[in-house]
Amino acid sequence: MSIYLNQNSKIIVQGMTGGMGSKHTTLMVESGSNIVGGVNARKAGTSVELGGKDLPVFGSVEEAMKETGANVSVVFVPPAFTKDACIEAIDAGIELLVVITEGVPVQDSAEVFAYLEGKSTRMIGPNCPGIITPEESLAGITPHTIAGKGPIGLVSKSGTLTYQMMFELRDFGFTTAIGIGGDPVIGTTHIDALAAFEADPETEAIVMIGEIGGDAEERAADYIKANVTKPVVGYVAGFTAPEGKTMGHAGAIVSGSSGTAQAKKEALEAAGVKVGKTPSETAALMREILQSR
Amino acid sequence: MDLMEYQAKELFAKHGVTTTLGTVVTTAEEARAAAEEIGGVTVIKAQVKAGGRGKAGGVKIAKTADEAQQHAEAILALTIKDLPVNRVLVTPATPPVEEYYFSFLLDRSNRSYLCIASVEGGVEIEEVARTNPDAVKQIPVDAGQGVDDAKAAEIVDEAGFPAELRDQAITMVKALWTVFTEEDATLVEVNPLARLEGDKLEALDGKVSLDENAEFRHTDHAGFEIREETDALEAKAKDKGLNYVKLDGQVGIIGNGAGLVMSTLDVVAYAGEKHGGVKPANFLDIGGGANAQVMADGLDVILNDEQVRSVFVNVFGGITACDEVANGIKGALEILGDDATKPLVVRLDGNNVDKGRAILDELNHPLVTQVDTMDGAADKAAELANA
Repeated sequence: MSIYLNQNSKIIVQGMTGGMGSKHTTLMVESGSNIVGGVNARKAGTSVELGGKDLPVFGSVEEAMKETGANVSVVFVPPAFTKDACIEAIDAGIELLVVITEGVPVQDSAEVFAYLEGKSTRMIGPNCPGIITPEESLAGITPHTIAGKGPIGLVSKSGTLTYQMMFELRDFGFTTAIGIGGDPVIGTTHIDALAAFEADPETEAIVMIGEIGGDAEERAADYIKANVTKPVVGYVAGFTAPEGKTMGHAGAIVSGSSGTAQAKKEALEAAGVKVGKTPSETAALMREILQSR
Repeated sequence: MDLMEYQAKELFAKHGVTTTLGTVVTTAEEARAAAEEIGGVTVIKAQVKAGGRGKAGGVKIAKTADEAQQHAEAILALTIKDLPVNRVLVTPATPPVEEYYFSFLLDRSNRSYLCIASVEGGVEIEEVARTNPDAVKQIPVDAGQGVDDAKAAEIVDEAGFPAELRDQAITMVKALWTVFTEEDATLVEVNPLARLEGDKLEALDGKVSLDENAEFRHTDHAGFEIREETDALEAKAKDKGLNYVKLDGQVGIIGNGAGLVMSTLDVVAYAGEKHGGVKPANFLDIGGGANAQVMADGLDVILNDEQVRSVFVNVFGGITACDEVANGIKGALEILGDDATKPLVVRLDGNNVDKGRAILDELNHPLVTQVDTMDGAADKAAELANA
């Protein structure tokens, strides 16, 4: 089992023919993901060979879904076109929409999020590494070679911290690792992933990685306290970040007294989550839990 | 990007929000001339990106041009919340009969927008929110539907604007919404929104934050950046397209990915506790493609920071292979030559780590030390910074 993505997932790529899109489609094909085609209205009817696989290019998400039975789309289109690409995929009824694109205007993300209301699509991102169910499927840019299948569910705001944590715990492995992105407005939250991992029978323990900014971690702490029975280990980045400066992720900014790493750590600990001071200490906490099973 | 008051007011005027632009000046003499030109009583206001300007002595009323000059001189000598005051705004003094508060902002928690309005108190809004929270109305705005005539009326009625100002307030709310959406703002705040003599509603102050991700559709926004107030190293980094934030410390940091770099700062700060209290000197995220030129640009910025005594390069090879990063470091050291003078602690892990480490072993550069783990490397970098 896994969450959101598995071996039966059929994936299309919006923006497959662009630089980022073709590079990562190749890597996804090589990882064993079932990539079934791409979307680019200007190149409809052609095909592209990526990772040794001949991939058809369709004129629209709707057409691609009809022809291939795709249920997942990964979006690599540039920021200026991301909103339209998302709305097109949502209108076509895609089940899972993974938006990798970095630098999407936050008002576009807010509009897309509002548009999702009442629709059947789950969106992950934008500005995220996507999702990987090791040895089954990869929809995104996470290197598939870091870690294999195992009992840990991982949800993180940050891409490279996802990789770092998968690497630290590669001897155990993961059911699914999901990077939700560090933007102020995202489709899937820590809470969504926590709920899915709680419901997933193969996930035995959960690692949750947060960072400064917003109150997502505090809300997740409340959720864990009320709803999560599986052990959760947490890590929060940005203890030394000064107030008012944006640290790379658009969302990673501390404003006023809320949103600090310390406040998030305290909220998580109050909910019974063990919080590591560093990535390696966090991995050690998870190791202890899994070894005492 | 946060705008100064006068810049915010320019955007207000552009979209039909009633305001008085005034004149921005950088010297006391110019302030005098501006006050003479305006005539009558004027207000001299410090232009810095910080709240609490009034309390810090950054806002003064001048009855004459002489007074305007004196006040401007005093204000231009101020530092408010660590920010030097380099310009003042001179505007006609328009004493409010009543003060209100109004803002539109991005509401992260609900992944939508929020309007906050209060007719009880403008500048003291935080105090009002504490003592009389019911007087501060929070009205959700749907990101899909926005603010039309009906929504604007709803906001105005909910906030409780006086009946005689209702139509003006609705027009003002719609205009502020236009500022918010047309300019891709994450915050548009008017505090105070003033009721002047003759029941005229006017934005006496303004605060706007713009979304830098949206700059591609607002080429004019670059003009709001005030170069001389940007840290010299930050300006240099920005020119090179680097994501860099200057901090106050001794250990220079280079890493890939915002989360990992933030984490690196923390780990270095912890390690510093054992090494004379050294701290991280900066945030620098070189992103996925860590080629030689990007690495050289990053090192160049960091080595030019006089406070820096050692540099920690912390890279997890995800998509970027460690051998590419190692070659980047090697190439950067070649590009920099004798300009590279501070010790470098390098921690590589992940994709092709063995090849990457072998390249640096072979390079055998006197300034480069390799450490296998993030914690160990942070400790080494802190130790070298304290040497």
